[in-house]
Amino acid sequence: MATVTVRAAATGAAAPAARPRIGRGLPAALALVPTALIVLVVYVGCMLWTVRLSFTSSTLLPKFDFVGLAQYERLIVNDRFVVSAQNTVIFGVLFIAGCLVLGFLLAVFIDQRVRGEGAFRTVFLFPYSMSFVVTGVAWQWFLNPGLGLEKLVRDMGFSNFTFDWLVNQEMAIYTLVIAGIWHGAGLTMAILLAGLRGVDEDLWKAARVDGVPPWRYYLSIVLPLLRPMVVTATVLLAISVVKLYDLVVAMTGGGPGIATEVPAKFVMDHLFERNNIALGTAAATLMLVTVVIIIAPWIYARYVRSKGRR
Amino acid sequence: MSASLPSGPRPRRLTPGRIGLYAFLLTAAVFFLLPLWIMLITSLKPMEEIRLGNILALPMAPTLEAWGKAWSSACTGLDCNGISVGFWNSVRILVPSVILSIALGAVNGYALSFWRVKGANVLFGVLLIGAFIPYQVFLYPLVRIFSQMGIYNSLTCIVLVHVIFGLPTMTLLFRNYYAGIPIELFKAARIDGGGFWTIFLRVMLPMSVPMLVVATILQVTGIWNDFIFGLTFAGRENLPMTVQLNNIVHSTQGERAYNVDMAATMLAALVPLVVYFVSGRWFVRGIAAGAVKG
Repeated sequence: MATVTVRAAATGAAAPAARPRIGRGLPAALALVPTALIVLVVYVGCMLWTVRLSFTSSTLLPKFDFVGLAQYERLIVNDRFVVSAQNTVIFGVLFIAGCLVLGFLLAVFIDQRVRGEGAFRTVFLFPYSMSFVVTGVAWQWFLNPGLGLEKLVRDMGFSNFTFDWLVNQEMAIYTLVIAGIWHGAGLTMAILLAGLRGVDEDLWKAARVDGVPPWRYYLSIVLPLLRPMVVTATVLLAISVVKLYDLVVAMTGGGPGIATEVPAKFVMDHLFERNNIALGTAAATLMLVTVVIIIAPWIYARYVRSKGRR
Repeated sequence: MSASLPSGPRPRRLTPGRIGLYAFLLTAAVFFLLPLWIMLITSLKPMEEIRLGNILALPMAPTLEAWGKAWSSACTGLDCNGISVGFWNSVRILVPSVILSIALGAVNGYALSFWRVKGANVLFGVLLIGAFIPYQVFLYPLVRIFSQMGIYNSLTCIVLVHVIFGLPTMTLLFRNYYAGIPIELFKAARIDGGGFWTIFLRVMLPMSVPMLVVATILQVTGIWNDFIFGLTFAGRENLPMTVQLNNIVHSTQGERAYNVDMAATMLAALVPLVVYFVSGRWFVRGIAAGAVKG
């Protein structure tokens, strides 16, 4: 049950989809009117509006001229945007890999009939209940060089120990990765653990008879079976990478300098502080394109290709 | 909930492998708990002790002074009324947003799984895809629309925004739940002459308690933790707690009062943490379902 819930819900896979719906009537249609309006005006309308604005020369107020790809040309030579895009890649790769590896290890280790399973699960997942702002502020305090981790290790007698990643242009992005993994690894664990619970126990018995060591069993037999969950987790993590904003604002503010700027922050700053609507919406449109590239193959695989199997 | 027994190899006695396993789990537990521990003890120390002492050490003389300051007199810019302002703002945003978004989601889910409405599938499809799209794509036009309507920067505005962006998850949640309810039940209610709203209120809603709980958990934590919408749509008077926390931590002049910062952080984390620890497994169901939102 838990497995089904997690899978069906987390993947957004509509449960029994093709059931004949039998009710007919005006009230049902009327009940869906507010949603239809929201979808039309916000989800479709605002999106198209943003895309349209990205082809204009709007600054403080929206204009409706047409300047072609000029804003995009400006974007790709904008230092801040280039750094933002690079940061998305660095953060994205490390954060997703970190969450998957740690989440998988935690799920497998918890699945070994350990004592206090519930307590471990609770501890691994609680960061996910907290906001990115809280996460960012907490890690900022822990990693600040003056009074945090660096001082702690120095006081223990290692007086040359340096850990200044938070204020170091080259390394600051990695502190975001650490905080991000702390926040998100538990969710990955929960999704993968639900998958593990669905693996047939006889598989392990068979593997043991064949003398397969446990690590090999998990890597070569279980992991491939968990593919759908791994894919789901990856897509969810990837989307949170594109959306990354609050954590950066709370933890580094994009700094030092522009070292930890991210696209979402670039858009927000240009729309609401720098009064450069066209450039901001162009960046937002690129974020949209990125998300479409991430989810299109996944949606295709889940809903279009696998329709027959359901 | 389920017969989800561990599927891993059955443990033998206490082998080195077993010890390593526990060592790994305990190390991981320390990694996850450390920031929470540091926040908590820092908030209980006076500043001198923070400057001189060990960040991990227990406070020598625990004091709630920083908590009091954080609650009622910490400064965000020029206002020095503490994070309590943000707390009550968050509550005022939270209550109507949660109720409205769940009500709308439940009605949608019900209409989409039992009733045949033209174009409903397309509507649902677009809604689901909408759940994945970064909010930055919608923000500027929304600001314009709300300004035109004259409600920008108001409580109504931020509540509407939460309802709008909670819609995909809530609809999906209830649609999947109602899809699991036997269609015969619906047929029987129809034969008894039940209309759209009668069946919803008398038959479906009473059966939806588990989903209502999950949805509430999901929306309470999600809306409480929101930062970007509060920042953009709530307006100065209604800034939620997350935004106020960020302002307190990053706009204090002079030396930062880390104990006050951490007390404020703990206060901001309190509601979701309580929801999490009280609801236990329900929370897992909730986030797994809401994870679509990312």
